[in-house]
Amino acid sequence: MTAADFSLFLPLAVLLIWATVLLIVDLFIPKERKGWTASLSALGLALTLFLSLRQWGETASGFGEMLRVDPFATFINALLLLSGLGGVLLAYGSIRRHGVERGEYYTLLLFSVSGMMLMAQARDLILLFLGLELLSIPLYVLAAFALPRLDSEEAGLKYFLLGAFASGFFLYGTALLYGASGTTLLSGIAQAWSQAGRNLFFLVGAALILVGLGFKVALVPFHMWTPDVYQGAPTAVTGFMAAGAKIAGFAALWRIFTEALPGLAPDVTPILWALSALTMLLGNLLAIAQKNVKRMLAYSSIAHAGYILMAFVPFGVPQVRDVALAAGLFYLITYAITNFGAWAVVSALERQAGQGLELDDYAGLGSKAPALALAMTVFMLSLTGVPPTLGLIGKFYLFRSVIEAGFYGLAVLGVLTSLISAYYYLRLVVIMYMRPGEPQPVANPWLNLTWGAMAILTVLFSLIPAPLFWWASQSVLR
Amino acid sequence: MIPLSWYLWLSAALFSVGLFGVLARRNAIAILLAIELMLNAVNINLVAFWRYLTPGQMNGQVFAVIVLAVAAAEVAVGLALVISVYRRRQTVVADELDLLKW
Amino acid sequence: MSLELLLFLILALIAIASALGMLLSRHAVYAALFLVLNFATVAVFYLLLNAPFIAMAQITVYAGAIMVLFLFVIMLLGTEVLPPSPVLPWQRPLAFLLALGLLAESVYLLFFRQRLTLSLPATIDPFSGPKAIGQALFTGYLLPFEITSILLLVAMVGAILLTRKER
Repeated sequence: MTAADFSLFLPLAVLLIWATVLLIVDLFIPKERKGWTASLSALGLALTLFLSLRQWGETASGFGEMLRVDPFATFINALLLLSGLGGVLLAYGSIRRHGVERGEYYTLLLFSVSGMMLMAQARDLILLFLGLELLSIPLYVLAAFALPRLDSEEAGLKYFLLGAFASGFFLYGTALLYGASGTTLLSGIAQAWSQAGRNLFFLVGAALILVGLGFKVALVPFHMWTPDVYQGAPTAVTGFMAAGAKIAGFAALWRIFTEALPGLAPDVTPILWALSALTMLLGNLLAIAQKNVKRMLAYSSIAHAGYILMAFVPFGVPQVRDVALAAGLFYLITYAITNFGAWAVVSALERQAGQGLELDDYAGLGSKAPALALAMTVFMLSLTGVPPTLGLIGKFYLFRSVIEAGFYGLAVLGVLTSLISAYYYLRLVVIMYMRPGEPQPVANPWLNLTWGAMAILTVLFSLIPAPLFWWASQSVLR
Repeated sequence: MIPLSWYLWLSAALFSVGLFGVLARRNAIAILLAIELMLNAVNINLVAFWRYLTPGQMNGQVFAVIVLAVAAAEVAVGLALVISVYRRRQTVVADELDLLKW
Repeated sequence: MSLELLLFLILALIAIASALGMLLSRHAVYAALFLVLNFATVAVFYLLLNAPFIAMAQITVYAGAIMVLFLFVIMLLGTEVLPPSPVLPWQRPLAFLLALGLLAESVYLLFFRQRLTLSLPATIDPFSGPKAIGQALFTGYLLPFEITSILLLVAMVGAILLTRKER
């Protein structure tokens, strides 16, 4: 390991060491002072964010090409670290109230974030697999974190069984790619592809990897765990999981397919098209039937995985590829911001033991807590894609790039499913404002900060999206 | 002289048995056992590819060792989850956990 | 047919039979023991493949540590007999179809790869295995190695957290 290698690894190393040390420090923090652990973990994330942003503009590989720092990785890292901060905020605002506060929560969250960062930076199948596991294992535990509560434990077990099953697929896929090329490096695989050309090892390997990551980001045929896990896991964990795991999964998908298997585009494009279409359609249709807000948002997050995947469909069209990827990255920001806001609101309305999560519990929120209701309205509008919110801009860029690439059907489907989604998102808004009720929102400063800031950002960035889009378009994988 | 394809066959067969086990069994422990079988099948693939394609480098073997370690980590967490669910529920049958509610 | 091929076939038969045994046995302890047999057989394959280190790791980690953990949990929970449960009508056929599909896919895969029947590269000294792996782990693969250690730490913390009684 050289000094250059280490400077590439620095943010990740700092986060890992910070988390490990925090694990020990936490033992000496008394039970009623766990706020210290939360602040320390937030500090660690902020420090890593600073170190990671300092790498902006750099493009280099280290550890024998295994670890990559490029604008794409820096962009995803920043987004993941901010999601981690969001996760800490959500957790600090809610887990104490639910009596499940323990210091390990924050360290596990840090480990999970480092696994996600690893997935965005790895250029080697071994490292990618390790990143996937380092992301998942803490999340299995976190999903079961509200331990005495049965639904949380079941969520953990379910997530674990399906997650481990999915990593089996991912692993089989990587083994086949290794067999086809004799190397685990993504660059080596691309080289082997250009020499050997199409063969079934590449195809099946890529398909299995797609299945494995499809489980992680909840694409439609592989989504069945999502509603139960999102509903059962503590709300703070769900919010973090919905953003972080998706961002990391898509980052890995993008990197594997654009760096190792660009030649596979003609074969993969129809599959991606179908997956994206199916995910948007089914996610939105199933969301309509939900009465529980957490389940509704779970299906909504499935649907959004479909929209994000849309950005990846044109990856075989060289002129559009970069624009589409930039639109995808922009949509990731949109999704992350709106997602955290919406989950913070859900968290504010959640009472003990999973109460306060039905749609009817939101009745009367408009008059009882106008600010909270307004914020939730903003998030719902943004998820639908209605002005003046970030969601509209994100969808606009997405659909435009897909149309440029000539996938008109997909764009039409995207617009149609957005219209469908308006039904259930706006239904919640109608319930909040039109129906009388006695909601009991919790006024926790940290939760207020989360939903307040996210609502402002959602509107603000929709008015001036140019800098964000510029950043996204600078961060495209080349 | 054993052809490489035989190993790949064997690995695919074991992986398929594991896959079938995950989908057909309802008991969380049985599902976990089947997942272990799947990971194990992948390892046969890795070591066989290493032996036949890149015996000069250690990448395949290193990958196999890491898969072993990861499998151990997964099992530890998985069994802990099983224990904690069982304590309160007295069941590990996935059905009764609504695992298949989709 | 050479002795090596015969050995392979017998071992493969044992491996698949024990995997099926694990799949079909109603008794959780039997299922686990079948899997131990399977893992041990696979370890012999690793020896055939000149990977003695992996073979030993397979025995100690898989057949040893992991399966002992399984047996321990099964007996701790007293869930030796898996209750026969009603099967959803579509589940078995679907599972069978999926598994069959994967198998067919791989068969197809293998028959269309003539290159793979290529001859074995020159034998390597089997006893250089562990040393070479150690060297690789501490030089070229240092990063994955360190990440693995973190992963084990996380798993340990997670397992303790989930099973600790204090609340």
